[in-house]
Amino acid sequence: MSPEIIEVKYALDTFYFLVTGALVMWMAAGFAMLEAGLVRAKNTTEILTKNVVLYAIACTMYLLMGYTIMYGGSEGGILPDSWFGNGIANATAEEVLASNGDIYYSGASDFFFQVVFVATAMSIVSGAVAERMKLWAFLAFAVVMTGFIYPMQGMWKWGGGFLDAAGFQDFAGSGVVHLCGATAALAGVLLLGPRKGKYTADGRINAIPGSNMPLATIGMFILWLGWFGFNGGSELKVSDIGEANAVADVFVNTNAAACGGLIAALITAHLIFGKADLTMAVNGALAGLVAITAEPLNWGGIGATVIGAIGGVLVVFSVLTIDKLKIDDPVGAISVHGVVGIWGLLAVCFSGNEDATLVGQLTGIGVIFVWVFVTSLIAWGIIKATMGIRVGEQEEYEGVDMSECGIEAYPEFTGSSK
Amino acid sequence: MKMITAVVKPFKLDDVREALAAIGVQGVTVTEVKGFGRQKGHTELYRGAEYVVDFLPKVKLELALSDDMVDSAIEAITSAAQTGKIGDGKIFISDLQDVIRIRTGETGAEAV
Repeated sequence: MSPEIIEVKYALDTFYFLVTGALVMWMAAGFAMLEAGLVRAKNTTEILTKNVVLYAIACTMYLLMGYTIMYGGSEGGILPDSWFGNGIANATAEEVLASNGDIYYSGASDFFFQVVFVATAMSIVSGAVAERMKLWAFLAFAVVMTGFIYPMQGMWKWGGGFLDAAGFQDFAGSGVVHLCGATAALAGVLLLGPRKGKYTADGRINAIPGSNMPLATIGMFILWLGWFGFNGGSELKVSDIGEANAVADVFVNTNAAACGGLIAALITAHLIFGKADLTMAVNGALAGLVAITAEPLNWGGIGATVIGAIGGVLVVFSVLTIDKLKIDDPVGAISVHGVVGIWGLLAVCFSGNEDATLVGQLTGIGVIFVWVFVTSLIAWGIIKATMGIRVGEQEEYEGVDMSECGIEAYPEFTGSSK
Repeated sequence: MKMITAVVKPFKLDDVREALAAIGVQGVTVTEVKGFGRQKGHTELYRGAEYVVDFLPKVKLELALSDDMVDSAIEAITSAAQTGKIGDGKIFISDLQDVIRIRTGETGAEAV
């Protein structure tokens, strides 16, 4: 290749990494809006605070140690070669030219792309524990999750660790990001308990309607947009015809899966409830996106639609089942990211991806679940024993906005609207 | 003089206002209220779980009228607010001791 071509390709692939990373960063806004819409008005400021702070904590912890744990090297291993520092380094122009195209993007752009995925995994947790968890307990968990729990299992797959060596396939993170986030959330919810009034003593399940459907809807669309970066960027390269075609396929499949999930979830909800439940349609679109994330490339558009649609049906039944088990997840995060994440990982086996085996996928699912569940349970347990994880009964009744933040989200509405 | 307090379905408010204006009623006070009657509350579904709405939204109108206006006002409200279904609301009539127009100090029927 001529030096000019190498330079242009390097610039283009770096640019692609950065732009798709910025799209993934924007998913933080999607989660914030989705969660703000699905909680009650009296808990809105607090959930927004959690969302903005967790993003900053995730980026900081990943810079301090997460990135080096995940990508600092550990060929086929379990433990990382190094624990602290970040190893962000750009190659010099001479090195890039001498590599003849093997070094095709900036090292800093790789860090940027990876760091926003950590924030996504942590965002999943906040919705599930909404409306009753102490703000600072949640943030303390965010430090452990983003600095240690997530990077370790990320290294096992994307850092070339033992899961990668075992043939586990996870293109953009149905397991590494979504199942991981949902599992940490599940551990937290089990220690935290349901919101007061959600389940009555005689076994009835009460609905606690979200306060703002427009916010939940815009949250879904922001996440959907961000997902083009999430999956599209995970192709890692765009600067030749083959890669450009692959990126376009990933965009098409990602979009198709979201549509399939949305339609399937809405129809399923309507058949079961007799009403078109918007929140289920929103969960369905996200379920479709999670389902396709493990393998967004090896499908035709129709195949992707079907994979997403199965995710959409699954998410409705999962939300109902998890509610029956008295596991209170206000936004459906455990169903969307966990249950459907597992579906997405298993679906890789039917995609024509020749490297995927059922054993490999089950190994990945099992290892990620056990690792994240056990470490999260320990972390939540320590936080519970030291600072407590749940607000008092009166604070919960009055809303965590006032007890944790001292700021109401909608101060001009009267108390009766809560 | 009589005080008429009518509780009606919110979507009928415009019809009632027009009907009252048509018979020459000079003023109405409107309040958004919640409550229950024989209609009781109802249950809604959210993400597959039921929740009970105990108090239904209604609109309350208050009118101060001279005695000769009362029958036509009742007729106007009844015909405008009636759907024939449960939950149409009620009209309460009570004696009104006095009325004072704050701007002029007029009292009684003059002030209505």
